[in-house]
Parts: sequence; structure tokens; C-alpha cells
Amino acid sequence: MSFDIVATYAVAVFLFIGAIFALIGVIGLLKFNDPMTRLHAPTKVGTVGIGALLLASILYFDTFHDGSIHELLIMAFLFVTAPISSNFIAKVIIHQGTCETPPEPVTECTWSTLGSPNRKSDVVEALDHTPE
Amino acid sequence: MSAAIELMNFALITAFIVVAISQMLSMVRLFIGPTTGDRILALDMMVVNAIGLIVLLGMWQGTRMYFEPALLVAMLGFVSTVAYARFVLRGDIIE
Repeated sequence: MSFDIVATYAVAVFLFIGAIFALIGVIGLLKFNDPMTRLHAPTKVGTVGIGALLLASILYFDTFHDGSIHELLIMAFLFVTAPISSNFIAKVIIHQGTCETPPEPVTECTWSTLGSPNRKSDVVEALDHTPE
Repeated sequence: MSAAIELMNFALITAFIVVAISQMLSMVRLFIGPTTGDRILALDMMVVNAIGLIVLLGMWQGTRMYFEPALLVAMLGFVSTVAYARFVLRGDIIE
């Protein structure tokens, strides 16, 4: 078995993995019943699904054409930006109050994203508790 | 070698079909999503699936030409997700 045959089988396996994870992510997006729960399903597509598809692309072009690893750039960009966009979406869900209220933090302040300057009482409270 | 190539072609077609189905189903969530967060999430997922489709198209045609569009879609998708979320949060994008 030469390297080409192994690489071709690996391309097929990575393609199957990516397709399965894309399907899993969208099933989670459709079937879960709370916005904050729905948030976690598509992150699997963003990391494992697209990561497997890009790995398959790298292996394919390495085997059948002159290889290069350009696709690692897309993978790195997606891995860096996925948590940031998820954080922003979670902020939107919390601020609109469409999810369950998160548990109270152990300190006396509220969660930092909820303690916006619009709530005067929180700001005054926080200022009162600052150590001199 | 021919069996391996046949399996790879089958996997490529399967991945095309499955990612396209995933794209359509996330469009369903975009339509029915009760809250704004769900709609932003569905748009983000559609961008990710579009990157997958572009990469698969590049493999299918055997050309490297589709690398730059995939990177552009990734960047624009991130910026548009953040802009949409910020607009909902603040009512303004660049303060």
C-alpha cells in the first residue's frame, strides 16, 4: 500500500467526518428548545466539521496536485473567531432575557455583562463597595 | 488505487449533499427562530456551511482557485456576526 492510497482513504474518512458533524450541528440547532442550549450545537460544525473538511482538502491537493497548506489559514481564523462570535450571541441572548436567568454570582455585584451603566443602582452599588 | 478513488468520489458527493441539507435546515431555523439570538446563530452557521461548500467545490473541480473566496467568506461572516450582535446590543455598530 503506497502513500497515495492511504492518503486517498484518509481524504474519504475526513470528508465523512466533516459531513456527519455538519449534520449533527444542524440537528442540534433545530431540535434543542432553549436559545442558550441551541448555542452550543453549531460550534461543533465550526471546529470539527469544517476542520475535517479542510484537512481533507489539504490531503487531497497534497496527493493529486502540488501540495500546500493554505487551508490551515482558514482553519486558524475560524478557530480564533468562533468563541468571539459565540460570546457575542450569548450576550444578545442574556440581554434580551430569552433564556433562563443565569445563577447569581458569589460576589455582591451582578454578572459583568448585565451590570451596564444603564442600571444606575448597580453602578451606585458597585461604587459603594469599592475599597478606599 | 481505483477503489480508493471511487470511495473518495462517493465521499465527496455525500459530503456535498449532507452539507447542502445542513445549509437548508439552518435556513429553517433562520425563518422560525423565535428570538434574535437564534437568527444570528443560524446566519453564523450558514456562513460556516458556505465555507464548507466552497472548499468541497474546490476539491470537486481540482483547482486551488476557491481558497481565497473561502477565506473572504470566513472573514466577512465573522465581521457580519459581530456587527449584527453589536447592533442588537447597542443600537449602534461603531460608537
